Amino acid sequence: MNHSATISVRTNRTAVRRLSPLSSLLSPLPSPLLPLSSTFSPLSRPLYLLSSLFYLLLGAPSAHAARIGDISETKLWEQALRFFTFQDPAVRYALAGSMLLGVTCGLLGSFIVVRKMALVGDALSHAVLPGVALGFLWNMSKDPVAIFIGATVAGLLGTAVVSLIKQTTRLKEDTALGLVLASFFAVGICLVTMIQRLPTGNKSGIDKFLFGQAAAISEGDVRLMAVVTVLAIATIVLGYKEFLVTSFDAVFARAVGFPVQVIHYTLMLLLAFAVVIALQAVGVVLVSAMLITPAAAAYLLTDRMSRMLWLAALFGMVAGAVGAFLSFLGNNLPTGPFMVLGATAVFGLAFLFGPRHGVVAKWWRQRSVTQRTQRENTLKAVYHVLEGREFKGEGVSLRELAERRRETVEEAAREADSLRHHAQATLAEDGNLIVLTPDGWQRACAIVRNHRLWELYLTHEAQIAADHVHEDAEKIEHVLGEETVRELERRLKYATRDPHGRAIPGLADLRRGAGTEHRDPVVGYGRGS
Amino acid sequence: MTDAPPLEIHDLTVAYHKKPVLWGIDLVVPRGKLVGIVGPNGAGKSSLIKAAMGLLPLSSGWVKVFGEPVAKNFRRVGYVPQRESVDWDFPVSVMDVVLMGRYGRLGLLRRPGKADRDIARECLEKVKMLPYASRQISNLSGGQQQRVFLARALAQESDLYFMDEPFAGVDAATETAIIALLHELKDKGKTLMVVHHDLPTARNYFDMLLLLNMRVVAFGPTEQVFNYETLQQTYGGRLTILSEVAEAVRAKG
Repeated sequence: MNHSATISVRTNRTAVRRLSPLSSLLSPLPSPLLPLSSTFSPLSRPLYLLSSLFYLLLGAPSAHAARIGDISETKLWEQALRFFTFQDPAVRYALAGSMLLGVTCGLLGSFIVVRKMALVGDALSHAVLPGVALGFLWNMSKDPVAIFIGATVAGLLGTAVVSLIKQTTRLKEDTALGLVLASFFAVGICLVTMIQRLPTGNKSGIDKFLFGQAAAISEGDVRLMAVVTVLAIATIVLGYKEFLVTSFDAVFARAVGFPVQVIHYTLMLLLAFAVVIALQAVGVVLVSAMLITPAAAAYLLTDRMSRMLWLAALFGMVAGAVGAFLSFLGNNLPTGPFMVLGATAVFGLAFLFGPRHGVVAKWWRQRSVTQRTQRENTLKAVYHVLEGREFKGEGVSLRELAERRRETVEEAAREADSLRHHAQATLAEDGNLIVLTPDGWQRACAIVRNHRLWELYLTHEAQIAADHVHEDAEKIEHVLGEETVRELERRLKYATRDPHGRAIPGLADLRRGAGTEHRDPVVGYGRGS
Repeated sequence: MTDAPPLEIHDLTVAYHKKPVLWGIDLVVPRGKLVGIVGPNGAGKSSLIKAAMGLLPLSSGWVKVFGEPVAKNFRRVGYVPQRESVDWDFPVSVMDVVLMGRYGRLGLLRRPGKADRDIARECLEKVKMLPYASRQISNLSGGQQQRVFLARALAQESDLYFMDEPFAGVDAATETAIIALLHELKDKGKTLMVVHHDLPTARNYFDMLLLLNMRVVAFGPTEQVFNYETLQQTYGGRLTILSEVAEAVRAKG
């Protein structure tokens, strides 16, 4: 079935003309805006869906160029240049507004996250919708001030209802939040739908409040956003200490005489303001993500509240700018989802690559510990082989190591190579003979000593049977610090034999090992000589 | 004002959700004493110190700190809450937490200055935690966390201290260090009210004991109060009638 041919007739010719070569290949795909008409058989639906997705990802930016007549740039970087140099006022307001709201949301969101109030932000943001609608109805226009007041009042009413439910019933906060979130949102949707059916309502753009549209930000909106941002920054700078102590330990803050309730409601009020200014660009549905996501990313990257605030503000700003830009590229697609995706990308990076708490860093640390443990086990095996022949003879052959560790010679060779790589051994006789370096010898002695000391400690002090202690010591030997070892030695009165009667390597062995490579063959190493 | 007792409580009743947890508490604590508050679980030990600090609504009675309502005397009261009462993953350093001890004296909107930092550092030194000053608090052991809370209370430079189970879950070394510090504070004329859950050590640690089980069973010098009879009264089942009534009051309300 050749549906692409049928569709291309309906495709905008201007768009095709201005497309870059890559996109022009894809341009004859059906636009998702076209109705799923009867010309498609049920079988072609998945194909349609797939091609629509392609269209969204690649075709949409080009379609934008086709729609707005005065834009001739079609390359991404040209559009970016045009966007970020503020060539037209609408873009200027959209970008400035998005960045301002990002900063405010990031700052206040940080406190929401550390206070474990993320759901409160979510409930608050949904609860403002009826207020937005009522603010619009006030004088049937998108008056920023009326909407701001309506939304703030609705948001605060929502939080008040949450407190009321919590205090008067047995229901807990999460349930109360869920109730308020859903019911207020439902009322809001009803009102918005009604407004859209009014004769003047259709052009109102009130539906933009659901998913956000940065392009709809007016000069008045930006002014309001700037006022709220300045207010939020000033309050946090002045009251940093108060916000910090009430977030960390509210009871203590009350005990030193701080008006904890007032501080809490100040924060809630600022939060309501932040949500309301973000509505226009992010939309009711996703605004809580702008509170939580940048702050959560910042939380993963730092251990200090002040740094967290800086980072969250920065991430919020970047997410705001990215969202506004992508929305602009996609011919005024809803801004909210793109901002949230931008913030989520930052969070994803912090989650994966954070230096301390990141998944990759953790994995890397885990891996290096595993490798070190493995090397130490090899060293221990080498020691055991040497011990088995009373420290006579030159080095340990791969075969001996393999036998000792019950593995193949290839595996033994790999382990020997790892030792050589870390300068703990040199390989002689074509890599068949492992000779420990002073470093390697010391580490081998230390590991064997740790193992035997720990076994002795467990049997003596903890009264554990001698045949129960080996497994435990296998793990402990790799983690005992020098200080603990000294303490163990003291407690065990510098014992020289482990519970199985084998010698515990002492300081003398460590020193003697220093000359392993050129040692006197008669003396050998080990305590026996 | 110097003559007024550090803590005077008269006919204090405290209720949670209409269920009384403390009944008719009368108490006058003299200056310069180390007082242990002892009693079974649910005896209202934490509630008593919270009520004394004005953190709980009182059903009846009053509390005076150095002769005045506690709301006027916040600066003379120091507090060590239970260790589990805060989130130790919170993004603050040890130093930040100890500085919070200065917040009460600074009042609202003023920032801690160099003098406050110096005091905080001294307090950290006293609990042997100065080397950890810039650590994030989640990297501390239980005993170290308790020391940080203690340092914060020291930074409050108060005259009357309330401590909620400062010995709970700490290592032996920390316990010894804390008790030495408490004695040092007492010798400087401070008054300390310490909630304690371990009877055997209570006898050795404190000058005075307050045996509590929803009401004051006994209060006085340790050697007088710590005997079989009073302990039996505190921990034995003799107060069941009181808790039954409490339950009835709650059901009615």
